[in-house]
Amino acid sequence: MRAPFSDLPLVLTEATIAAGPVTILDKVSLMFDAGPPTLLVGPNGSGKTTLLRAAMGLLPLTSGRISWGGRDNASPARRAIVFQRPVMLRRSAAANIGYALAATDTPHAQRIDELLALVGLAGMGNRPARRLSGGEQQRLALARALARDPAILFLDEPTASLDPASTKAIEDIVRDVAARGVKVVMSTHDLGQARRLGGDVALLHRGRLIEHAPAEEFFAQPRTKEARDFIAGELLV
Amino acid sequence: MTGEMSALQLVLTGDPALYAVVRLSLLVSLSAVLCAALIGIPLGALLALTRFPGREGVIVVLNALMGLPPVVAGLAIYLLLSRSGPLGTLGLLFTPGAMVIAQTLLVTPIIAALTRQTVEDLWLEYRDELAALGVGPLGRVATLVWDARFSLVTVLLAGFGRAAAEVGAIIVVGGNIEGFTRTMTTAIALETSKGDLPLAIGLGLVLIAIVVVINALAWGARRAGERYVG
Repeated sequence: MRAPFSDLPLVLTEATIAAGPVTILDKVSLMFDAGPPTLLVGPNGSGKTTLLRAAMGLLPLTSGRISWGGRDNASPARRAIVFQRPVMLRRSAAANIGYALAATDTPHAQRIDELLALVGLAGMGNRPARRLSGGEQQRLALARALARDPAILFLDEPTASLDPASTKAIEDIVRDVAARGVKVVMSTHDLGQARRLGGDVALLHRGRLIEHAPAEEFFAQPRTKEARDFIAGELLV
Repeated sequence: MTGEMSALQLVLTGDPALYAVVRLSLLVSLSAVLCAALIGIPLGALLALTRFPGREGVIVVLNALMGLPPVVAGLAIYLLLSRSGPLGTLGLLFTPGAMVIAQTLLVTPIIAALTRQTVEDLWLEYRDELAALGVGPLGRVATLVWDARFSLVTVLLAGFGRAAAEVGAIIVVGGNIEGFTRTMTTAIALETSKGDLPLAIGLGLVLIAIVVVINALAWGARRAGERYVG
């Protein structure tokens, strides 16, 4: 059997995105490979979302290079993203997952049930997706992303507007997904979350990659002033 | 149908001539809305999702055509279908078919322009998700039209309202022939000019009642759909 093509390692080389005179992402070089989750941290406007979108292949670079498993223009079949405010299709929860499954040519009622169960929405398949609570919608968005059977999963602040219980539910799913071998790259404002989930942590500020290190090292021995300030709760401006 | 009978009597006694007129009106207007939907919804959706030079101009023209005077639409179809016109050999002038064509011409811009706006608004919301899911152009059109279906019901109602209410186009291409191309609106115009006000009022009441019932049914369907689908 032919081994499925993987999008890993995902390599950004001096990736730059500019909008007019503003540089949103400034020569960022990073590699995402199989392993524990990578947490992107940094203040608002530091380029986290732009980095995730570019890594997903949704935004063209102004300069620099991205490659997925050694290819420059890999189809996004094995990548998935959950946006900070995911949009629920005007269908049932199950149909939202079915839609993503159909896009990968593997529609399967049993698979829909498995994914709903995975994110703790078992038995809620018939509910209108837009009537679910914020936390439930985030979990459904996760299930929809996982329907694509991704090698790498990008999560853009998936717990930004959720209460602690919903946040814990999402974090449990992230751990579960990562344990199944999916590479998770996740942005967050929450340093506690970065400590709880992160295999490695990348700090972005003003579009630049300030520091990238294993989570323990990042928190115990930050090398840069920005990282020390950020961990200490100072405002990076 | 006599002038002495009251409008209410005509409606309640089920006057056969009156109901023939009602039937033809509904047949023509609903057929025109169906044809206009088959043309206007895909056209509006494509216009919402594609970018090409002159697109803004097309949108402005389409929006302006929503105000196309019915008599002008009727005149255009009249010239097309008249014996010396390009489609004269079809022999459609002064038939219900010609009336359907004329109303389709009137309703298509309404459905296309409102569909374009509805689908474009939804597209702004869905764009990132559909791109992330790797959905192709045709899949996007199908997804957006399907997910906008409850809003599109209102668009179809606007088209039906236009078709059911207009008199100018169908009187020009249909000729208001009794028992063949006479509809509620053309009959109201004729009977009013003849002074048969009870019949005109009776037809007017029936027309208003039909429009209200159709809108109520569509509203109910929309509410039910939203409750179960979200």
